[in-house]
Amino acid sequence: MNFIYDATTVLMATIRDILPIVALITGFQLLVLRQPIPHLRRLIIGGIYVVIGLAMFLIGLEKALFPVGKMMASQLSDPTFLGKSNIELSDWTAYGWVYLFAALIGFSTTIAEPSLLAVAIKAGEVSSGIISPWGLRITVAIGVAVGIALGAFRIVTGTPLHIYILVGYIVVVLQTFTTPKKMIALAYDSGGVTTSTVTVPLVAALGLGLSEAVPGRNPAIDGFGLIAFASLFPIITVMGYAQITHWFANRNIIKHSKGENQ
Amino acid sequence: MDNKKDKIFIPAILMMVLNKLSRSFKDLLPIILVIAFFQIFVIGQPLPNFAEVIFGSFLVVLGLMLFVQGLEMGLFPIGEAMAQALARKGSLLWLLIFAFLLGFSTTIAEPALIAVCAEAAKIASEAGLISPSQESCNSYALGLRMSVAFSVGIAILIGVLRILRGWPIHYLIIGGYIVVMLMTLVAPKEIIGIAYDAGGVTTSTVTVPLVAALGVGLASIIKGRSPLLDGFGLIAFASLLPMIFVMGYGVIVF
Repeated sequence: MNFIYDATTVLMATIRDILPIVALITGFQLLVLRQPIPHLRRLIIGGIYVVIGLAMFLIGLEKALFPVGKMMASQLSDPTFLGKSNIELSDWTAYGWVYLFAALIGFSTTIAEPSLLAVAIKAGEVSSGIISPWGLRITVAIGVAVGIALGAFRIVTGTPLHIYILVGYIVVVLQTFTTPKKMIALAYDSGGVTTSTVTVPLVAALGLGLSEAVPGRNPAIDGFGLIAFASLFPIITVMGYAQITHWFANRNIIKHSKGENQ
Repeated sequence: MDNKKDKIFIPAILMMVLNKLSRSFKDLLPIILVIAFFQIFVIGQPLPNFAEVIFGSFLVVLGLMLFVQGLEMGLFPIGEAMAQALARKGSLLWLLIFAFLLGFSTTIAEPALIAVCAEAAKIASEAGLISPSQESCNSYALGLRMSVAFSVGIAILIGVLRILRGWPIHYLIIGGYIVVMLMTLVAPKEIIGIAYDAGGVTTSTVTVPLVAALGVGLASIIKGRSPLLDGFGLIAFASLLPMIFVMGYGVIVF
């Protein structure tokens, strides 16, 4: 009975969440473009799918992804699992498994991310084949892995988030002036697309669980920030990858022309 | 005749559903593999509440599949056609209004943002930052989402102006970074983490395809713009501005 009540509440809330976009599309179609809505039946059926799907996703999230993220964080930082006394728990080196777990989650979800694949293919087109989609995907995935692991380290040590992000921004700005112009907008966009709907809740829960488990950390201050790392690092790695491949491409051209001269 | 049609029709639908399901499952597979590896080899314990987690994961896969399928059936094609039609119509005012509303309404419907804001509200009420009642929790979560949605609307509007005017993207982004750092100085400590995360959370399932369609549609219509080069960059603004606006929200609320 409780489940049915919860499900109805979530369903009502999702209808409210979907309403603005439906209103926008129909409103503009009828009032501004003054055209009838094509395939009205498909739109209505699609709308019903969207509402039911979103409600199921949110319920499943509460039951699976959030609890799992938190449980993994608390299991991996449990004193009996680590075999350490309470005093050693404030030392950041005690949490090696947490960093590894964070890095692996970041790497594996990014490699499988469909929107990153789309961006990687476009990057190949923009650079006229110099950038290989696979190389780019692996670089970005490594970037996200390092980013989330570093974010976990930040939560364990409780150092302020903005210092890390500030350093990241400075690196981005410096890279911007040396990266091929064609790649800049693409690199900036890649930060946003790597964090998918499934990854975000899991990673957020990991951070919150970790900040609850590590002694002396406050979830409200230390718990968030992992996603910020996951969306900043791809920008750096995409630009870095573009710089390196262009450097190699240029060197080869120079070598080649020298060889011809001799 | 009809009977024969049905016989072909049903397996085709079944195949399509299975195909979609396996696609959604593939998104979840890397996570399942990593978690299973850690549970079996590192922690050496089964996951507590195993049955409920499996049921929940099933709901996540099925829900996401339905959600994306529904969007692809109706909203995406119309939204894309509309973005192109408005770009061709040439009315700047309507285009900008559309850009803002598109950013706003897609963000409101973004599943990951709904979940993370609810979680942030729970954390804030446990920490005593807002009063612990369910009502104030809900209004805090809604406030977070509204400020994110508003900022994504503004971001898409600026992004469209950038494509029209041909402004170089990096000056705007670097300017944004400076504002983020300045806001960090005045924002309460408790909002900074969620504000920085908001940037990455906003841009996923709903926003990216529609906004990308708007950008590429615009860039392919305006003379002297290349869809590959100038079509990008809208997402970048949409992940930068929410940081600034959520910190602003924190200044007001706490």
